[in-house]
Amino acid sequence: MGLLSSSVSINRYYVEGKIKEPVLDTVKKGLEKLTFRERDDDPSNKNAGWTSFNNHFNPNFSGSSFVINELFVFSLRIDKKSVSPKIIKKNFSVETAKRLEESGRGYLTANEKKEVKEQVTDALFLMVPAVPNVYDVVWNYEKSILWFFSNNKSANEELEILFSASFNQSLIKIFPYSEADILLGLTDKERDLLSLLSPSKFVE
Amino acid sequence: MMLDVSLTFYRYGFLGSEFLTWLWFYIVNSDQDKLLDNKKVFIEIGNKIVLERKTNDGVEKVTIKGKDAGLEEGMVSLKKGAVVKELNLIYRKEEKEWSFTVTGENLSLSNLKTPDIGFIESKKDVDGFVVEKIFLYDSLYFLIDGLYKKFIKLRVSTGWPNVVADINKWINF
Repeated sequence: MGLLSSSVSINRYYVEGKIKEPVLDTVKKGLEKLTFRERDDDPSNKNAGWTSFNNHFNPNFSGSSFVINELFVFSLRIDKKSVSPKIIKKNFSVETAKRLEESGRGYLTANEKKEVKEQVTDALFLMVPAVPNVYDVVWNYEKSILWFFSNNKSANEELEILFSASFNQSLIKIFPYSEADILLGLTDKERDLLSLLSPSKFVE
Repeated sequence: MMLDVSLTFYRYGFLGSEFLTWLWFYIVNSDQDKLLDNKKVFIEIGNKIVLERKTNDGVEKVTIKGKDAGLEEGMVSLKKGAVVKELNLIYRKEEKEWSFTVTGENLSLSNLKTPDIGFIESKKDVDGFVVEKIFLYDSLYFLIDGLYKKFIKLRVSTGWPNVVADINKWINF
């Protein structure tokens, strides 16, 4: 879901710590380190990486192309392949029968079955085109805040993993307690009281 | 920074639901000037409220949709001890309107529609549109963070039991 869409979802993160100066250069290197790369010959069912906000299918982080109004704006691309379990089951049965006929035996060992399943799955995933999903990211470095334009759980997990691997920084999810503790500028006394809170009962 | 994210996420998860319940109560019952510190802005309940109640058999989820969502069915659920999990809101400021849903669990936003900014006609317009959109999202977060700060300051104050008593009266009215 894109930040320019008519209806969006946003999850916020706090970026812990500061990155190495010069910041622009470090961010560029981080993005290039895990830029999305097409992998047509890869049988895995998922492929993820950074891509350009304004060119999702041809990433280019040269110069300051990922900077808009002092904010880092880029995207996370996650391509996924899926094959119906019924097709896997069908091909597995066909391949198993072929192996049994070739070997002249009446059964396959557990390891052989595992091997057949992996071969069948890999072959199918190589034939299936991946479906691309692109999620925009806005990183306000000065405020240490990052907006991720999706509430999808697996996309958020992928973002956290990739961000940490690219920039050596942790993303802390903003949720009710972390927002109060980190973002609201509470006094030490208020933060202490916050940590002592327990649920209120609005009905008897 | 010493913050155990998974521990605090679950241990203090009630803060999100309490915030949304307080916000609903405040929007319906109180003078908005006190809530927003600005006479030119206005906030109202939108078209969706999601409540959740723990029962012996598990969790009962109630979703109320439509204009003026929740005023009756929502109150019935609150009376039974349900808490607010999601709240759709409309925010108006100087002829501009935002509609959005806040989820109590993580304060994430969904179905967020900002005031219209027109159409992008050429590629060179994109950066300007991005700046405009970010400004509009930022304006909304300014509102939400301000409301949440107001709630948290009240929540840790000695005045909170009075607020709980007022909400209790409202629910049982």
